[in-house]
Amino acid sequence: MINASNSRFGQVFCKLICKLLFVSVPRPMLTLTSICMGSMLLMGQALAQFRVEVAGVGITQIPINLNQFKDESTSPQKITQIIQADLERSAKFKVSTNAFAMDESSRPDFNGLRQKSLENFVTGSVTKLADGRFDVRFRLWDLIKTQDLGGASFAVVAPDLRRAAHQISDFIYEKLTSEKGIFSTRIAYVTKSSNRFNLWIADADGENAQAALTSPEPIISPNWAPNGQQLAYVSFESRKPVVYVHDVSSGKRKIVANFKGSNSAPSWSPDGQSLAVTLSREGGSQIYLIAASGGEPQRLTQSSSIDTEPNFMPDGSAIYFVSDRGGSPQIYRMPAKGGPVARVTFNGTYNISPSLSPDGKFLAYISRQGGQFKLYLMDLTTERVQALTETSADEKPSFAPNGKLIIYATQIQGKEALMTVNWENKISARLSGQAGDIREPHWGPFLKGN
Amino acid sequence: MKKVLSGLCLSLVLILVGCASGVKLNEVPVEDKSSSLVKADAAVNALSGKSAVTSVQTSALGAMNMGPAGIEKVVYFDYDSYAIKPQAQATVESHAKFLSADKSRKVALEGHTDDRGGREYNLALGQKRSEAVKRSLTLLGVSEAQIEAVSLGKETPAASGSDESTYAKNRRVEFNYK
Repeated sequence: MINASNSRFGQVFCKLICKLLFVSVPRPMLTLTSICMGSMLLMGQALAQFRVEVAGVGITQIPINLNQFKDESTSPQKITQIIQADLERSAKFKVSTNAFAMDESSRPDFNGLRQKSLENFVTGSVTKLADGRFDVRFRLWDLIKTQDLGGASFAVVAPDLRRAAHQISDFIYEKLTSEKGIFSTRIAYVTKSSNRFNLWIADADGENAQAALTSPEPIISPNWAPNGQQLAYVSFESRKPVVYVHDVSSGKRKIVANFKGSNSAPSWSPDGQSLAVTLSREGGSQIYLIAASGGEPQRLTQSSSIDTEPNFMPDGSAIYFVSDRGGSPQIYRMPAKGGPVARVTFNGTYNISPSLSPDGKFLAYISRQGGQFKLYLMDLTTERVQALTETSADEKPSFAPNGKLIIYATQIQGKEALMTVNWENKISARLSGQAGDIREPHWGPFLKGN
Repeated sequence: MKKVLSGLCLSLVLILVGCASGVKLNEVPVEDKSSSLVKADAAVNALSGKSAVTSVQTSALGAMNMGPAGIEKVVYFDYDSYAIKPQAQATVESHAKFLSADKSRKVALEGHTDDRGGREYNLALGQKRSEAVKRSLTLLGVSEAQIEAVSLGKETPAASGSDESTYAKNRRVEFNYK
C-alpha cells in the first residue's frame, strides 16, 4: 500500500511559503520545512491531479506512463502494479497508468502521445509458456526523442514473477535516473504478534516475506552481511541477549557472542570478516570487534559509560557509535581498530542509531526533539542537519544500497509501521508489511548477479 | 506435562525392550494396552525403587526456582536512575542472605527499562540497573560466580501503557533463580 504525500500543487504552494519564510528556512534549496510538509499533507489527495510546472531548481519528478502489459491477467502477479509501486516509492517518478494494453513490439504513436504530455512510456506483455513458466517482456520508450531505450524478456516460474517485475523497475529507474535501482534488494525486519516474534526477509517493497526465525522471545537488531547471504541479530530465546549469525538460505545459524551478561548491537564490517558488537562481559556496555565465525573479542572502546550501536563507515576506516560519556547519548566516531574518539552530534540531548550512507557522506540517525523521536540526516561534509519526517516515534534508520532511500520504523496512528523516505525530497511511503507490530528494519545490499 | 510424556516414553521403551528380551510382557493380550502399561509402570517403580508419590512434589520443585520464600523478586527504579532505592535495600539484602547461605544457588538479574527511547540504548540502560543490583549483592558477600547480570531493555514490559505509573512498573530488575 502506498501513501505518497506528493502533489504538484502542494509543491508550488510550499516553495512560495518557503520563500516567504526564507530567514527561518535552512538551506539547501531543496529542503522543505516542517511547515511546508504540514501544508502538503493538508492539501490532501483531491489536488493530486493538478499538474503545475515548477520553474527553476525544485523537486523534479520524472513523468512516466505505464501501460498495462498485454495478457497481464494470465499472470498471478500484477506486474505493472508492482512496477508502479516501486517507481512511486522511489519518489523520483510521477507515474501515470494506461489501461489500454500495448505490447513491447508495438511502436508507439509518438506524436499522439506527446500531445498528451507524456514523456516516458512503458509497454510489455506476459505470455504463459507451454511448460508453465511465464515470458515477461517490456520496452521503455522516450517519446520526446522518439527513442527505444531498451527492454528485456524474462522467462520465469510463477514464484519469480515479482522478481522479474522488480528487475524491470530497476531497468527503468537506472535508464532514467542514471542511478542503480534497489527494487531487487531485500530487507529484514521483525514483527511481534500476540507474543510471537518473527524475523522476516522480504523484497524491498515489503512483499514476499519469508520468516527466517520464529521465537516466543524478542528478536532485535537484524544486520545484513555485505554478501547478502547472512544476517546477524540478537535473540532473547535464552532469556538474555545473544548474538547469532544466520545463513538465510539454509537456515543454519551459529552463536557468535554469548559471553557473560548481555551481547547485542551486531554490525558487520564492510569486508564481511568481523562484527562490531556491544558486550557487557567486563561490566558496563562496551564495543568489541569479533570474527564473524566467533572467538575471542577485541575491545575497541575504553570508557566507563555506555558505548553501543556501532556502525561502520563503508570504507572500513571508522566506526560511528552511541556513547553517553558526555552525560547523555550522542553519536561519536573512532578509528575502526579503536582509538581517539570524536563527537559527531551536538544538536539536542539525545542522538542515537547512527546509519552511514553507502558513499560515507551522510549520517542518518534518531534525535529526540521535544520528547519526539525523529529521523534526522547530517551532511558529514557541512555538518548541517535536517529532519526528514513528519512522524514522532521514528526508530532504526538504514540506507538503501544506492544511498537514495532510507528505511525506518515509526508509528502511524498508534500502530508500528515501516516507511521509506527519499531524503532529497523528503517524500515518504509506507511499506506493506506483515500483521502485527513491525519494527527493526535493515536494508540488504545489492546482490551479485542482479 | 513433561512427567506424563517421559512416563509414556519410558513405558514405550520398556514395552519394546520387553518384546526384545522375552520379558513376560509378550504374554499380555495385544488389545489390553492399559494393563501392559500398568505393568511397565510397576517395572519402572521396581527398577527405581521409588514410590509414585515422590515424583509429584511440585511445591518442592517450585522452591528450587523461587529464591527466598516470601521475598519480592523485583526491585524498581526511578526515571534515569540506577540507584537502589532505600525501600528496595531490604529486598536486596534478603536475596544476598539467601545466596550466601547456599553457594550452589545461581540467579540471573534481569534489567528492564520503560518503553521510551531506542532499543539498543535501553538494553544498555537495563544492563546498568542489573549491574547495580549485582554490585549490591557482591558488596553484601555474594560470590560473583552466582550472579549473571543481563538486560532485556524495553523488550518485555511488565505493564503496557503510556503513563507514568506504567513506566514506573517497567523500570525494574527481576531476580530469576536458575
